Amino acid sequence: MNTPSCLIAEDEPLLAAGLQADLAALWPTLCVLATVGDGLSAAAQALALRPDLCFLDIRMPGQSGLEAAQAMAEDWPDSEPFPLLVFVTAYDQYALQAFEAQAVDYLVKPVDRVRLAACLSRLQARLADRAPKADAMQLALQQLRALLGPAGVTAGAAPVPRLEVIQAQVGAVVHLVPLSEVLYFEAADKYVRVVTAEREHLIRQSLKELLPQLDPQIFWQVHRGTLVQARAISTARRDESGKVYLSLRGRAETLVASRLYAHLFKGM
Amino acid sequence: MTHRNTHKVHTPPADPPEPQGEGTALATVWLRLRQHAVRKIGFMAVLCVSIGLLLAAIDGGRLAVKLVYSFAIGLFCVSITDAGRLALAWLSDRTRRARGLPASAAGFAAGWAGVLPGVLLGMVLGPPAGITLADWLTGNRSPSLLQFDSGATRFTLAISVIATLASMFVLSTMERLASARALAEAAQRQAAEHQLRLLQSQLEPHMLFNTLANLRVLITLDPPRAQAMLDRLIAFLRATLQASRTDQHALHVEFERLADYLALMAVRMGPRLSVMFDLPEALRTLPVPPLLLQSLVENCIHHGLEPKVEGGRVEVRAQAVGDTLRLTVRDTGVGLPEAGAVREGSFGITQVRERLATLYGARAGITITAAGDAEGGTLAVLTLPMAMAMNPTS
Repeated sequence: MNTPSCLIAEDEPLLAAGLQADLAALWPTLCVLATVGDGLSAAAQALALRPDLCFLDIRMPGQSGLEAAQAMAEDWPDSEPFPLLVFVTAYDQYALQAFEAQAVDYLVKPVDRVRLAACLSRLQARLADRAPKADAMQLALQQLRALLGPAGVTAGAAPVPRLEVIQAQVGAVVHLVPLSEVLYFEAADKYVRVVTAEREHLIRQSLKELLPQLDPQIFWQVHRGTLVQARAISTARRDESGKVYLSLRGRAETLVASRLYAHLFKGM
Repeated sequence: MTHRNTHKVHTPPADPPEPQGEGTALATVWLRLRQHAVRKIGFMAVLCVSIGLLLAAIDGGRLAVKLVYSFAIGLFCVSITDAGRLALAWLSDRTRRARGLPASAAGFAAGWAGVLPGVLLGMVLGPPAGITLADWLTGNRSPSLLQFDSGATRFTLAISVIATLASMFVLSTMERLASARALAEAAQRQAAEHQLRLLQSQLEPHMLFNTLANLRVLITLDPPRAQAMLDRLIAFLRATLQASRTDQHALHVEFERLADYLALMAVRMGPRLSVMFDLPEALRTLPVPPLLLQSLVENCIHHGLEPKVEGGRVEVRAQAVGDTLRLTVRDTGVGLPEAGAVREGSFGITQVRERLATLYGARAGITITAAGDAEGGTLAVLTLPMAMAMNPTS
């Protein structure tokens, strides 16, 4: 077996250096492939470097550690084993409860060496006796679904009023689009594309801001960047890699549901 | 003891309050009567005993008989006065309801003037009713109170009127003092709650633990820097705790505390954070409410720069504009969300706005806008009247 490797995602440079120093002392053979300071680089570097372990800070600029984990899980190639994830946070009651509930590895800042050593020996044991790739991926998906769900890390967030109408501004004109006409929402950089049967609009809001304002029974999240109105889906076709392709009523294009959300589509 | 008991009987009035909302006049009056019942009974007992003693001393009759008369008259005066007050409150509630107005405890009937009709009624009806009861209890036959030529009658009436007026004055003063005290206590409680919320918001655990985590690393990597960081943390904690106890400090002290906080953040964020202060010499000693700008600076970090991958700059400035002190806190972060409402409603802004309103009324204000230049971010502008900044209480 080749030497184990890891990625550190931590936006505070001293804490990244501190973790690296502690890792060097406690697990000298562990190779730190990269240290990144934001959530977008975390996902990109993990996908590029394929480490065995990822230490992910929860609060990071760009996207959170959890969102980075979601991006990794959605885009991870089938041929490679999914890395073991360790979430790191300073103080976040709901996140810690969710991590406990899902038996996810996590560290609380300030990280003391005793706890870190215990965490590392658990990780060493799991790496040595690594489950078949598919099972590791399934376990990670299951944990992430729970963490991203309503009882997960965002439990306790203040409730947001539900939207009725999408207001999309184009120059001086504001288009009012009733939610019932929206077939799907798709994230596009800092914008969201709002697609109806006839046309599409851009709104200056992130999908993350939009999500809590929508009824999850009506708009299903099928990918980190896509929300579909369930009524608009006509068929769901699964391929060998676990991805699901959705065809829509009223639109020619197909949407992709990631493996994180593929479980939503099963025969009754 | 029996006298106390008879007095207690009148306190629950003939018409028990209907189960109504908190805000009705009836509920308010009923609550007042209940709150002051014990004191009132005590006061009435003392007054009745004194009148009995006085009467016995003047015409040399038996003390026990005089006491029966004095308590009987006192009992009726008080009962009729209180019943009248309740009846008036009930009537006023009914009238409001009939007119379709919402219930209110602010009207005439619930206030002090609402006692007067009851007092008049008590003065007119109390003595004859009391004398009738006392006659029946003692077996005496007193002259009718309508025989005004009788010296004894005039004397009895005069005593009743004086005693009723005196007791109304004393009891109303007592009630008024008690409600003023209750108001003061409520204000104090509110202030304490506010201080606690302020403290909780400033000692945000995420900030505290992250700072300690950095400190822990620095202790081995760079002990002198660790010590400097610890000093900043101590100054920040001390200022936060003190802010709830002092009314004002000099503007340069305010800037120093912000510098402590931002220095802690700079250790954490490394090169992602830069800071700029601008405090003209002439404004250094101007007094300001302590840590007024703290939550604005925290917002810059938390909502502006922390979410931005490349980080940015925080600028804190003080300017004199005419007779106005203008404080600006600006960041070059991710800027306000589209709706503009998220940060506006956040606790920090609300708290600053409340503090300004309490201290300066309409003469101070705060606006939060997009910074409006190429660097983007958010701009908070806070204005205080300069003369008032010198002495907010004047």
